[in-house]
Parts: sequence; structure tokens; C-alpha cells
Amino acid sequence: MVEIDAGGMYYRLLNEKIKALARSGCKEITVRNVCGQRYIGAGFDFKDLRINLYGTPGNDLGVFINGTEILVNGNVQDGTGNTMNSGRIVVYGDAGDITGHSMRGGEIFIKGNVGYRTGIHMKEYKDMRPVMVIGGTAGEFLGEYMAGGMIIILGLNGGNLIGNYAGTGMHGGTIYIRGKTPDVIFGKEIKIFDLEEKDYKTIMPYLERFANYFDCSLEKIYETKFRKIVPVTHRPYGKIYSY
Amino acid sequence: MAKSKNISDFVIERDQNRCIKCHACVRVCANDVHFKDDATSEVASDDSKCVGCHFCEDLCPTGALVIRKNPSETRENAHWKKEYIYRIVRQAETGGIVLTGMGCDRPYKNYFDHILLNAAQVTNPSIDPLREPMELKTFIGRKIDAVNLDDLNWKTTSIDEIMSGLLELEVPIMFSAMSFGSISLNACKAIAEAAKLCGTYWNTGEGGLHQSLYPYADRAIVQIASGRFGVSSEYLSRAAAVEIKIGQGAKPGIGGHLPGEKVSQEISLTRMIPQGSDAISPAPHHDIYSIEDLRQLIFAIKETVDYKKPVGVKIAAVHNVAPIASGIVRAGADFITIDGVRGGTGAAPVVIRDNVGIPIEIAIAVVDQRLRDEGIRNQISIVAAGGFRTSSDIIKAITLGADAVYIGTSALIALGCHVCQKCYTGKCNWGIATQDPYLTRRLNPEIGTKRLCNLLRAWSLEMKEMLGGMGINAIESLRGNREQLRGIDLSEIELKILGIKHAGESW
Repeated sequence: MVEIDAGGMYYRLLNEKIKALARSGCKEITVRNVCGQRYIGAGFDFKDLRINLYGTPGNDLGVFINGTEILVNGNVQDGTGNTMNSGRIVVYGDAGDITGHSMRGGEIFIKGNVGYRTGIHMKEYKDMRPVMVIGGTAGEFLGEYMAGGMIIILGLNGGNLIGNYAGTGMHGGTIYIRGKTPDVIFGKEIKIFDLEEKDYKTIMPYLERFANYFDCSLEKIYETKFRKIVPVTHRPYGKIYSY
Repeated sequence: MAKSKNISDFVIERDQNRCIKCHACVRVCANDVHFKDDATSEVASDDSKCVGCHFCEDLCPTGALVIRKNPSETRENAHWKKEYIYRIVRQAETGGIVLTGMGCDRPYKNYFDHILLNAAQVTNPSIDPLREPMELKTFIGRKIDAVNLDDLNWKTTSIDEIMSGLLELEVPIMFSAMSFGSISLNACKAIAEAAKLCGTYWNTGEGGLHQSLYPYADRAIVQIASGRFGVSSEYLSRAAAVEIKIGQGAKPGIGGHLPGEKVSQEISLTRMIPQGSDAISPAPHHDIYSIEDLRQLIFAIKETVDYKKPVGVKIAAVHNVAPIASGIVRAGADFITIDGVRGGTGAAPVVIRDNVGIPIEIAIAVVDQRLRDEGIRNQISIVAAGGFRTSSDIIKAITLGADAVYIGTSALIALGCHVCQKCYTGKCNWGIATQDPYLTRRLNPEIGTKRLCNLLRAWSLEMKEMLGGMGINAIESLRGNREQLRGIDLSEIELKILGIKHAGESW
């Protein structure tokens, strides 16, 4: 394991250092005193690399990432996992807006809350299925334009589970929410259902991992029932044109 | 009630004396216009289905077919024109947005037709391009402010290294963004191969990079649009350059929906989306709500490609284009693509295509001037797009300040397109804007490549003639050299905006 002290370091230099270490075959890199440096892990496709970050990384953490595991001991800012292809990002704190924007594969686990437009335009493709598990709450426009994959919102620490306009323009994938259907305005394109046995089977492995990462009780998570938000159609805008 | 069934834009005249009843027209038309009348065994046509693509007319072995404009007219009315009346009828029936293809066809003033080029006479000699070297070579990307000779160690650093990260074009003409999906794979191949052979670049559009186009990836500019279709680190690393698509001249400010029925298996592979699902491109990028956010995406891409490839931003030419361009320079882009109101498309709402944006001639002039005024013109290349019909349009665009141009429609015309504007139906008889294997087979990529190379060669020769005539031997010396232009039939404000003098005014 190699350590880097990112204190006061310009993002470009920090990212160069991390990339050089990864290219030299390093399997685990720990970066301390991270403070706002952007684009950490941008486009990384080092499949068995793990990066441990201590502090608060800047925007676009793990943008275009394709492999690699990033663990953040702190909060993250906006655009975490932007257009991510595969890999895993685990955040022991809160995340900002557009977390998982256009994510196509891989996993994001957030211990705390997330901001607006989380999981916007998430999509799935062949065997790639992006998954995001949020321990806390999510802001407005959750899963906007969502076209695939799944988002699980646990709301373990109270507060308003999700904001208004969740699932606006949604045409694929599933959002699982723990607890009663919140009293918010939903997108026009969705319906809400109780979970069936097979749904619980689908989310179980991710909940187990969440409980492992953040050392919380799986029983407590299951104490409250889940509901799921799914799109009414895969063709929300099929009938607006005249040919 | 009125029925759109009866409305036909064209009438098909069949000379029964010439028709040998070979039924070729019946077999080829994707719109099922022609049919065999079983009762009489004559060949007949349903005019209302004809889109005016002229494929049958070109193919008919005896020249028996002529497609004409339907002479049936509504009462002449300068305001209530036939097309508006029929559009209302269609919308009254369907309740939908009327789609169209290609670029704006409205008769807005075409400034290229009001600009004249100069030529050298007596006081400076013109140059004969047949005997003297003429340079069309163009570099796209951020040019450094200065080369400090003291810092240069000529043994290890060469001009090549300084120039690395620039796109090198043998001709200042690139192929505009046309995705696999909007056009056929055969059309993509023809364009990509032509770009490679002619030393220029092609653009993937927002449809991803099909595996069979990987051999041309080193000449590809790949697009990142709001839907992020097909965008991955591999896609970025294969390309020669990356273009963030904010907008398009044919549909500024709006998103796009590729309907699920057009997402075939091959298209699903390149766009990385499930087969049969709608591909929705949101109107904005949801990680770009400001110039600062744009900078963030530009540098996320630069970080991913190790700062080795130019990153550009494509916008539609809109009213505020000059300040926006300034912001794009300051956001760190290496080139800016500006698409004018006449820029083409595979599908756009007709009201948007025909009513939003400004002409490219004006946009080039105001952007170039603004960047010069701010002293940042060298930091970016301007690539102009939107309806270049001839080499003289291109020469005029470069003289107004563009570094290079993108051609889309004219490249498709070289491949057979007759600009019938029905690209969105997916039934292109010429095998261009379709994915139907029966139709795409009609476009032979090798022949297509040859035709595109011919077009670029012809335009290069013409451009060299025009350059030589002005006594200029390198396109670089013409760039932004507006003294070589004169306006004709233009108002004072138009001349001022274009930054050119009126014909008759000397230097």
C-alpha cells in the first residue's frame, strides 16, 4: 500500500501521481488530506485497484470510471460516479448533487444523504446494471430520466426520504424506497408498488453489502417495508410526433 | 372533413409508351408509391406517398418516370401558404409535433450570396496554383501564446511536440457529426474512410462508435451529448478529439428522442442502451448548467485522456453566440464548433428548425471579432457548420474568421441524397438515413468514399484557385482577412456586424 499526502496539492498533480502509481501496478493507494481536488480516478480502468481517500474529494470523483474501487472516508461533492461504466464508489458520508449521473454500470454506496438529481439518466445495458444505495435521504428529481439500473433509498437517519419530482421522465430501472410512500409530488411517468418476494431477493445482496460497509444492522433495515417506483412505459414520449 | 390523405407534394408522371412494366420502381420504393394494378397489370403510382427523393426516376431504365411538384394550388395567399394549411390539417388529425429532416429551408437572407471575394490585379501579383505550392493545411486546437526559445532544448523538444494535441487537417473541411442511427453504417464507413484518405476528420455524432469503425477512430472526433450514449473511457481514448455537444443548428436548445423502434440490435450496441427502448437526450446536460460546469466536464475529459487530445464544444449559433463563445474559450475548450440556422439534422420539429438560431455567416463574424477584441482568439479554433454548399461558401467562412468547416448535407448529397427532408422516416431510398438492410445495401461504402474524396479534391482545387487569385498562397493568411471580402446589397448594420466593407469601397 502506498500513501500520498494531498494536503495543498493541485488536483492535476495529485491525479498524475495516483495515475502513475496505478500504472506501475499498485493495487492499493491511500490518499490523505484530500481537500476539494477534482476528477480523482477520472477514466480509470484499473480493475483490481483500490483507492482510499481521507478528506473531501472535489467534483466528478470517479468520472468515466471503468473498474477500480474508491473508498471515501468523508463527504463527496457533486457529480460522483458521473458516466461511470463499472467499479465501485463507497462514501462514508454525504454526497452532493447529480451523484451517479448517466451511470451505466458499477455500484455506489453512500452512508449518508445525497443531493438533487441523484441517478439522473442512469441506464442499463446488456449485463451491466448500475446500482446505487443511499443510507440517508435524497433531494428533488431523484432518478430523473432514469433508463435502467436501481436506486435504493434507505432513510436510516430520519428526515424527508425523497424530494419532489422523483422519477420525472423515468422510462427504465427501479427506485426502491424504504418506508411509506412520502407525501411528495412524483413525476407523471411512474407508478408505486409494494415489493414482492422476488424484489426483496433482488435488493438483498446490495443491502447486505451496505450493512457490511457501514457496519449497520441488516435486521434494522428490514424492520420497515420497502416500496418501489417503476416507470409506466419504456416509451414515455412515443406519441408526441406526427409522421 | 379535410383529409391529409389527399395531399401530395408531388405528382408522378409515367410515360406509358416508355414504361416496359419491369416493375423496378415497384420493388425499390421504400415508401410503396408504385404498385402493380392486378386488374389491368399496368404499373400505377400513389402520388400521396411520394417524398420526392427521385430514386425511381434515376433508376427507371427507360426514363419513363418524371417526378413533378404537384401543380394543384390553394388560392394564392402570401400569408396562408399551402405548406402551413397542410401542416395544420396534419396536426388536426394527429395532435403531434411535425418533424422534418435536413436544414432550414426558409428563404432567410443568405449572406454568402451577398459577399464577394477579392482578386489581385497589377499592384500585387496573383499566384498560379497549378505551378506554385498552395497550402490548405490547417491545425485545430489551442495554439500556444509564445515559444520561448531560451526554454527550448532543440535536441529533445521539437515543434512537433509543441504542436502535439492539435488536429492536423490537409483540407480545412471536416465531416460533421452524423451518428450511426441517424445514417446507415455504410454511410458512416464511406465518410470515415474518406476522412482517413483525405487527411481530415469525421465526427461520430452522439451515437457511439461502432466496432467496425474502430479502424477509423484515429480520425474520429467523438461526441459527448446529454444522453451520454456510448460514452466510456474507451470511447474517449480511441478518438482523435472529443466534442461536447451542447446544441445543434437545426434544433438549438432542445433534446432529442430516438424512438424505441429505431433502436435495433446494432444501434443498441454502439449507444450502449437496451434494444427497443427510447433513447432520450435531455435538452441540457444535467451536469452543465453554467460555463463553470462546462469547464468541469472539459477537464474531466482532459484528465481522462491525459491532456493529449483536443476537447471542443459544439453550440448552435444563437443571439448571444459571441459572449457564449468567449465563455467557452475561458472554460478551456480547444475548439468551438458553431452550427448555424441552416445546419442539418436527421429529425427535428419543423418549427424549431425553421425559426431558431442565426445564420452561420453572422455567427462566425461576431465570434471571431469578440475573441480578437478580448485577445483570446489564438486560444481556440473556430469550426463553422451549417449549410456549406460550395467551396466559395467555405472560403468566405474562413475569410470571416473560421479555422475550418464541417460539412454534413453536402457530404450526403455526394452519397446520393436529394434533400427530400424525410430522414426522420427511416425510409431513405438512397440507403443513407435508414437502417433497413434492403435499403442500406444500395450505398456501396467504397464508391461512397471515392465520391467524397472527389468532392474534397474538387473543392480543394477550387479553393486554391480562389486563394491564388487573391495573391495568397496559404489558407492561414486568409483566415479572418476580411479586407478580401465586400458586401453587396447589404445594409450598414449588416456590413458592420459582418465586419466588411461594401462593394466599391477600396482598402
